[in-house]
Amino acid sequence: MSTPSAREYVRDSVRELLPQVRLRHWGRWVIAAVILVILGALAYGASQGDISWRDIPYYVISPIILQGLVNTIILAVAAQVSAVILGVIIALMRISENPVAKWFAAAYTWLFRGLPVLLQILLWYNLALIFPRLQLGIPFTDVVFVDLSTNAVMTTFVAAFLGLMLNESAYMAEIVRAGLNSVDRGQIEAAQSIGETPLQRMWRIVLPQAMRVIIPPTGNDFINMLKGTAMASVIGYVELIRAANNIASFNLQVMETLIAAAFWYMVIVSVASVGQSYLERSFDRSDRARGGPTRRARRRLARDLVTPPLVRSHP
Amino acid sequence: MTNIQAAPQRPLLDAVRVSKHYGSNEVLKEVSLQVAAGEVVCIIGPSGAGKSTFLRCINRLEVPDAGEVWVDGQAMGFEERDGKLHELTERKLSKQRASTGMVFQHFNLFPHLTVLGNVMEGPVRVQKRASKVVETEARAVLERVGLGDKIDSYPSQLSGGQRQRVAIARAVAMKPLFLLFDEPTSALDPELVGEVLTVMAGLAADGMTMLVVTHEMGFAREVADRVVFMADGGIVEQGTVDEVLVNPREARTKRFLERVLA
Repeated sequence: MSTPSAREYVRDSVRELLPQVRLRHWGRWVIAAVILVILGALAYGASQGDISWRDIPYYVISPIILQGLVNTIILAVAAQVSAVILGVIIALMRISENPVAKWFAAAYTWLFRGLPVLLQILLWYNLALIFPRLQLGIPFTDVVFVDLSTNAVMTTFVAAFLGLMLNESAYMAEIVRAGLNSVDRGQIEAAQSIGETPLQRMWRIVLPQAMRVIIPPTGNDFINMLKGTAMASVIGYVELIRAANNIASFNLQVMETLIAAAFWYMVIVSVASVGQSYLERSFDRSDRARGGPTRRARRRLARDLVTPPLVRSHP
Repeated sequence: MTNIQAAPQRPLLDAVRVSKHYGSNEVLKEVSLQVAAGEVVCIIGPSGAGKSTFLRCINRLEVPDAGEVWVDGQAMGFEERDGKLHELTERKLSKQRASTGMVFQHFNLFPHLTVLGNVMEGPVRVQKRASKVVETEARAVLERVGLGDKIDSYPSQLSGGQRQRVAIARAVAMKPLFLLFDEPTSALDPELVGEVLTVMAGLAADGMTMLVVTHEMGFAREVADRVVFMADGGIVEQGTVDEVLVNPREARTKRFLERVLA
């Protein structure tokens, strides 16, 4: 093989480059076209349906649907917040040194995670069938502090709340336990070495670090909880679906009212998703923990970015 | 050997026949050690000798199976009442621990707190001191370990040597009676060992009472008032640097020194 001479190199560096023909990706065009055709066909088909689209906005803002929306949110928030608190307690029992507490927590999780939520709601709602009265007193004596009719206590809200909350608390216990276990043992020892009490160690050192692991699945669970409230409609709690059905039961616009409910589900789920990513960011100091810029440095960086450079490098 | 006399008052740290076992493995066999205020004691020995376990028994991160650890006249983990030692609750034990400081092999800095936050955590949360005063002190301590310009950084942004110096500052900020060092340079890159040892030598020069488990023979030779050689869960011999490192009497010590100094 002969090495090219210096002259050949010079010629190569001055000659014009050959034109290049880019690959056309015909496959992508075909697939895109097929998708658009199918969507068009579906839209046309939907427009031929026996549905009065014009009525849907009216249902979206109707007082009955809005009341259902409020009830859905109240039930979901109440059940989720209580489940988080109960879940933390169960998780702490699970990781404690007390064998009875450990065993109880494991059994609790096994039971309330194992049963379908709908079944749990139905069991609570029908509690009066086996316990007509709820009494708080001292057994084997006549001392009774509280005596209530079960049906008066077990409203549709309470039954749905208990079913959803107890099931979710079992899941939360597992999430919290995973979060607590994710914190390095050395962190607890360091906190011990500076004299922190068990409560301080948990609150100041372990929980803030465990939050990074706990928040994302908790957010997912809350979104599931928002949709899970639909099961409360079965026992007559007037959440979104029951509200939609209530309207449809006298004007038969079943689909119109359900689509209005669907609209609100999408809205609250989207809001919850945004809230989740905001929470994640505020608790996730891992950008800094991974060596990213501090808040002060980021602010400086942002300021530098908006300051126009003195000399532009390109005309 | 040390002059163990029937002193009218106990030394600052007095460990009496401390034993610890994991399963059938006896890690510590009735280890006794006294450290006087202002003394720097280095514990050396092969891995598995029980050095770290002994250190952790002193501030009760590890609960000894038997034996007593007296710190400044108080039995760690106990309350002396009617001639008996009554075990303390975890809360009260925590209060006792605040008078001791510890530096770990793997630093164990709090990753969610800044350097300043790490150093202020103990004085503010445990000792409940005014954060204004604590901050001034913390800045001074960090300045002393050479990290005055890193107070707003997070631990992950620091090198291993810098992290360990923060950990030392965190322990010092508590104004402890003594400091326990558990192989403080073993997890460091070789070129970062020096900066940590320099800070430790500075503390020793200031009169800080220190009990140091280390593999750094150079440091022991330069700084230690007393060297303790441990092997197989017991103290084999102890004495001045000359007595233990230069002219060891026990064959076990000689063998160890030949291997590490070779």
